[in-house]
Amino acid sequence: MAEPRVMDIKDQPGFRSIAIICLLVLYVPVLILMIFSLNSGSLVTHWEGVTLSWYGTALLNEEFHNAARNTLIISITATIVSTICATLAAIGMTRVKPWRGLAAAFMVINLPLMVPEIITAVATLSFFALIAGTFGLNFGIGNLILAHTVFCIPFAYMPIRARLEDMDLTLEYAAADLYATPWNAFRRITLPLLVPGIMSGAALAFIVSFDDFTITQLVAGPGQTTLPLYIWNQIRRPMTPEINAISTILLMVSILFVSVSFLIARRRAK
Amino acid sequence: MTTATLSPIALSKAASFEAQAVKASARRNRLLSLPALIIIGIFGVLPLIIICVYSFLVAAPYGGVQWQFSTDAYLNFLFQRDIFDDTLQFTPDFLVIYLRSFLFAVVTTVICLLLGFPTAYFMATRPPAQRNWWVLLITIPFWSNLLVRTLAIMFIIRDEGLINNALLALGVIDKPITMLYTNFAIQLGLLYAFLPFMVLPLYSSLEKLDFRLVEAAYDLYATRRQVLWRVIIPLSKPGIIAGCLLVFIPALGAYVTPLILGGGIHLMIGDLIAQQFGSGRNWPLGCAQALILMAAVLVALFFYVRNTSGKVQHG
Repeated sequence: MAEPRVMDIKDQPGFRSIAIICLLVLYVPVLILMIFSLNSGSLVTHWEGVTLSWYGTALLNEEFHNAARNTLIISITATIVSTICATLAAIGMTRVKPWRGLAAAFMVINLPLMVPEIITAVATLSFFALIAGTFGLNFGIGNLILAHTVFCIPFAYMPIRARLEDMDLTLEYAAADLYATPWNAFRRITLPLLVPGIMSGAALAFIVSFDDFTITQLVAGPGQTTLPLYIWNQIRRPMTPEINAISTILLMVSILFVSVSFLIARRRAK
Repeated sequence: MTTATLSPIALSKAASFEAQAVKASARRNRLLSLPALIIIGIFGVLPLIIICVYSFLVAAPYGGVQWQFSTDAYLNFLFQRDIFDDTLQFTPDFLVIYLRSFLFAVVTTVICLLLGFPTAYFMATRPPAQRNWWVLLITIPFWSNLLVRTLAIMFIIRDEGLINNALLALGVIDKPITMLYTNFAIQLGLLYAFLPFMVLPLYSSLEKLDFRLVEAAYDLYATRRQVLWRVIIPLSKPGIIAGCLLVFIPALGAYVTPLILGGGIHLMIGDLIAQQFGSGRNWPLGCAQALILMAAVLVALFFYVRNTSGKVQHG
């Protein structure tokens, strides 16, 4: 046989090339988008030279400021509320004696992950239209914050739960042996050990809220433009590299938060 | 154990204390879970119930609903009422969009699996340090803004986009090939959007693969192909199913991709639903369409649960 004498049993022919192709396919379009944000010409497709001026144009734009402010208000509030709720729920639902309704509660927490986004979007829109029509209630930008909090909770919940599941129970037993009250054991032992999970969950919640387009587009009232909605409005006008600049900024925010979340998780694994 | 030396009375007392403690902790745990459950219950579950109700109401002329029972929304899904003689006529327009979306989602799932499996396997067989970098590189697009990523595809396939410009410059073609706003564009966009959703669950399944089984197969004179099809793939079935589901469900309900790359000409279910709440001004119809999509998703989830609950344990 032509088979080499020492063979790597893990090797499969052609898999390396497919993996590299996948990586190129995923990154080349986005890299091109980023490179064209530096184009000194005003067309999105013809390269004329390097400039940073489109970032200037983008950052000085009043509409951009408005969208950025809305986005930050919504994502930061939704992240804080959802992370607190998710942390409490994860503590009440992980490594505990099964309580009645635990399985159902677990399904409810994960529900936003299973329902297609467009359904959540029209359902939330119908809900807010109904309470506005019946009770005259309109929370303004609060509508968007509430809608975002709902789908942020499961994303924040997952890493916190995973962290709790990995945690060493003996430390808590040791604390109890040394006469720590349950509250003290929680505050001095469990909570500090849980912090990486909470941070990683908060980072994920922030990204999904920051990037959300579908639900925001359907639920947003007039004037409640967020950054993804701002990009969508720009697409429908004649495009300049300004849109590439804004897109690049959004991508950088995602990359930053993913990397932070990833590094925290990796430190945990060590 | 010290309990063995205690009197029966003390034992029963201890037992009742313990029962009380269990009860108290169950109450505490339920209370801790309550804020999350209330928020999702009111702003996540209740809206779904509302659209179930809305789907049986009549559309108000300027959007919204009138509180009057009707099954028109579901009838309208397949039939159209003739304006003159009030008979129902079979109109498959919506059905065609559903079938098209289903086809898009299936093709997306299959191609993502064909590309994603070798990628995930390659990642899982790297040395640990290198593996982490690969995971980070796949995780970044997984969490990146879908709108921006779709925009990146649009820039490449436009008439004056990179592909056409390159082909024109090389003299392969003399006028741009129209790719944007076609079915091809939507298909490409869906693949691009959901590829990381396939790779990550496959990877987490393949990472746990017990390579002693692969070694055993080689010892028994299996070829590489046999090892792949008869050992590795069957063992990674849970990951394959999870990955397919994570691609299929969002692809079926895709909204952003067809909106940008289909240009409103080639619709998918997601855009059809959104349209009823916008220019269509037929909320009940939109709700009915959303629920029909939800039913399709539940069927997919049912298959998932059925296939994973009978999971074979190995190792």
